[in-house]
Amino acid sequence: MSKVRVATTSLAGCFGCHMSFLDMDERIVGLLEHVEFSRSPINDIKHCEPCDIGLVEGALCNADNVHVLREFRENCKILIAVGACAINGGVPAMRNHFSLQECLEEAFLDEIGVDNPHIPNDVEIPLLLSKVHPLHEVVKVDYYLPGCPPPADAFVKILTDLLEGREPALPKNMLHYD
Amino acid sequence: MSSINIDGTDVPFEPGQTIMDAALAAGVYIPHLCHKPGISPHGSCKLCTVDVNGRAVSACTMAAAEGQKIENNTPALNEVRKSITQMLFIEGNHLCPSCEKTGDCTLQAVGYHLGMLDGHYPQFYPRREVDASHPSLVLDRDRCIMCELCVRASREVDGKDVFAIGGRGTGRHLIVNSATGKLADSDITTDDLAAHICPVGAILIKDHGYEVPIGRRTFDLHSVAETDLGEVKLTKTRHHDE
Ligand code: SF4
Ligand code: SF4
Ligand code: FES
Repeated sequence: MSKVRVATTSLAGCFGCHMSFLDMDERIVGLLEHVEFSRSPINDIKHCEPCDIGLVEGALCNADNVHVLREFRENCKILIAVGACAINGGVPAMRNHFSLQECLEEAFLDEIGVDNPHIPNDVEIPLLLSKVHPLHEVVKVDYYLPGCPPPADAFVKILTDLLEGREPALPKNMLHYD
Repeated sequence: MSSINIDGTDVPFEPGQTIMDAALAAGVYIPHLCHKPGISPHGSCKLCTVDVNGRAVSACTMAAAEGQKIENNTPALNEVRKSITQMLFIEGNHLCPSCEKTGDCTLQAVGYHLGMLDGHYPQFYPRREVDASHPSLVLDRDRCIMCELCVRASREVDGKDVFAIGGRGTGRHLIVNSATGKLADSDITTDDLAAHICPVGAILIKDHGYEVPIGRRTFDLHSVAETDLGEVKLTKTRHHDE
């Protein structure tokens, strides 16, 4: 039987959701009997290939995030928003309290210890969005895995449910937003 | 004694009690956010919507009456309540991972109770003013759900009238009745009920965040559906680990 293909990525994330995924510890060995990874920060694959499941942590904060999210949506049959940032913008969305200009000026011009103050403008650098947004405001999301980060058991549960053809469900004790 | 019937169970009531009062006294949970026993009902959060003889009413404002047949814990009503809770989340900036009330917050606990996973609707990301002027209290309007519990507690219990809701529609926000509009210039003190009654992380006592270990916070230990929660003090007190 061919393996289920899973892609993962971090947009405006902190990689904490990926770390929590890896917190499944030795259970990842069993998982790898059924799953192979497409694009993910844990391998070298540069683009998301056609996949069964895409796990996306982080909100949308710049143009590249939107590009990567669209690539995941086009290639993944099931797209899962993982963690608080992907679901409602998370802590990075606190910058929505300020204008983008204020944030850039604070970081690159006014902050103590900045030398050669200028706002980076190389075309290689993706432009920031004026606000941070959750994933579902740009693409259709199939499932949400809340938590900052979600517990490792929740990753195991949702993937096991999907691998065994069940509707994914979380027991109440794995549901938290913090 | 007269009784009403909630989801097939007879619940006694005394004349003058609302459906909510009778349910709370009998240990029957009707989801609610803007209601606290001992304070006049408000009817703003709409979480307590129940069907009485086939008609939707707010349990916290509807008087209990003999022969009422009430549907409360039904999948359809809980779905509506989940949508209401999602609206409350997206209308404010409920970033629980960075909120001092996380684990002790009734809004969050209602979200857990109803199995809410996401906000569903587009985020408002309002920009509302934080008032940190007071020496021992802080008001973060981003998390205010406009339940007016603080308004009523200040007026009815503390006799002070420190708070009110101002503005209209989505521009509604909590205002402070002082010459400058700042908490520091109001009469509120940490002895007031209004300083402790907020069900979310909008009114907080300064210097008392993150004191309770994860796993021992109010809603780690209790479900919001335990109706005795009216008795659990939601203010932070230091827990000493053995
Ligand atoms: S007030 Fe409650 S729901 Fe809002 S951020 Fe704080 S813990 Fe979360
Ligand atoms: S500050 Fe708290 S108690 Fe007052 S209206 Fe807002 S949510 Fe309710
Ligand atoms: S508790 Fe009845 S409307 Fe809020």
